[in-house]
Amino acid sequence: MSMPFYVAPEQIMKDRADYARKGIARGKALIAIQYSGGIAIVAENPSNTLRKISEIYDRIAFAGVGKYNEFDQLRVSGVRAADLKGYQYSRIDVDARSLANQYAQILGQIFTHEMKPLEVEILVAEVADSATNDQLFHIFYDGTVLDERKFCVLGGDSDAIYARMKESPLLTQLHTASLSDVVQLCRNALSGPDRQLSVEECEIAILNRSGERRAFTRLDDAEVNALVQG
Amino acid sequence: MPFFTPGDHPGASFAELLKRVGIDPFQKHLTESAAPVHFPHATTCVALRYADGVVMAGDRRATSGNVISHRSMEKVVSADKFSGVAIAGTAGPAMEMIKLFQLQLEHYEKVEGQLLSLEGKANQLSMMVRGNLPAAMQGLIVVPIFAGYDLQKGYGRLWDYDPTGGRYEEREFVATGSGSVHAGAVIKVGWRTSMPQEAAVRLALKSLWEAADSDSATGGPDTLRGIYPIVASITDKGWERIDDTTLSQLVEELIAEHQERNQEV
Repeated sequence: MSMPFYVAPEQIMKDRADYARKGIARGKALIAIQYSGGIAIVAENPSNTLRKISEIYDRIAFAGVGKYNEFDQLRVSGVRAADLKGYQYSRIDVDARSLANQYAQILGQIFTHEMKPLEVEILVAEVADSATNDQLFHIFYDGTVLDERKFCVLGGDSDAIYARMKESPLLTQLHTASLSDVVQLCRNALSGPDRQLSVEECEIAILNRSGERRAFTRLDDAEVNALVQG
Repeated sequence: MPFFTPGDHPGASFAELLKRVGIDPFQKHLTESAAPVHFPHATTCVALRYADGVVMAGDRRATSGNVISHRSMEKVVSADKFSGVAIAGTAGPAMEMIKLFQLQLEHYEKVEGQLLSLEGKANQLSMMVRGNLPAAMQGLIVVPIFAGYDLQKGYGRLWDYDPTGGRYEEREFVATGSGSVHAGAVIKVGWRTSMPQEAAVRLALKSLWEAADSDSATGGPDTLRGIYPIVASITDKGWERIDDTTLSQLVEELIAEHQERNQEV
């Protein structure tokens, strides 16, 4: 009987992390940002049917980057968990923090116990009555959770996009910024200096602070066009 | 968080998901009771087609035997943005069915990323009513009506159900509950093809008025407490409830009409 080669646990974890990061870096990025009317999520997505951003519950949205089939499976699990909780308890008991923790558990479990980690980064966003209580949870392939403020960037080339976002003076006045302002900021940051994303390549959805039960709205190309024109 | 493997998941069905996690809202553990028990009952609801879609209406009374158990019950509710459901029958299972139905439509919409077709929604409700059949056999009957705006076909549609889940699409109007004979007769006489919305709302109110006049389990407009029937329209813009101010005016006109009629005698 042959003995398997010994590989140090540090090496295994590093290999898995590298593998996941490579997969995510190949994908296209997205940005979630607060504005005066709620939270806007802007993604680079050439497909008009395979969505990166979607509704989880009344005030909660989901967005994912990386491998589509993997984050879509997570999205559906989130919808199921939220609908079950709302049915068994009450609609107001469904919150982003609890969902983010459950996602972190799943991602962490798969990262350490499965052959292959999930090549995804996901966002769970919840709009509240006031901007100070809005929540943006950024969850990584290994189950790490970050509670982000103002905005967060997911996916390929996120460091460069983050740096471009940081330069904007608009970040200090997000509470008065219009949807059009933040959409243009995100589009420019996602595009970078060498190209400009077309309207068809932008997938945009918002979580509206208006107080309607279902806060999630997806914008169609005409609406995106109007925003981009300013 | 329920995490299923591909090929082993409950799909877009919320009811199936509930079963998979061990929750069965329609438990069939009823026992035969020696004496009849009176549970709260919801009564008369109507729906009729008009030029831009459908109007739904329902009275607010729930009764337990000869007692009025609730004065402001909401039996007509939106199922989702483009459809509504109205329920007559035993209030407990009826309300649970409405809640499950609303959740099912929203769950499907979120999981699949698009709305269920109107036909599909009507079918879903049919299966839920059929699921309640064992309880219906023991007296806990739930008989809904379902109406909505068909976005694909571009007009309003409505369905009638029987306690076994039988589903019947009607072209003009439907009525359910103890006062349905009276309410249905009023609508039958007054219904016209492509009525404007105002006329349809008036007719719905009048039908409930006459039902309340002849059926003790149907409640009339309660001007003393400011409780009016629930009336809503569903068009290509979606579900919209008619506000109480408008309804109170229409009710006053209805009262004036009756008084005038009596003076002539």
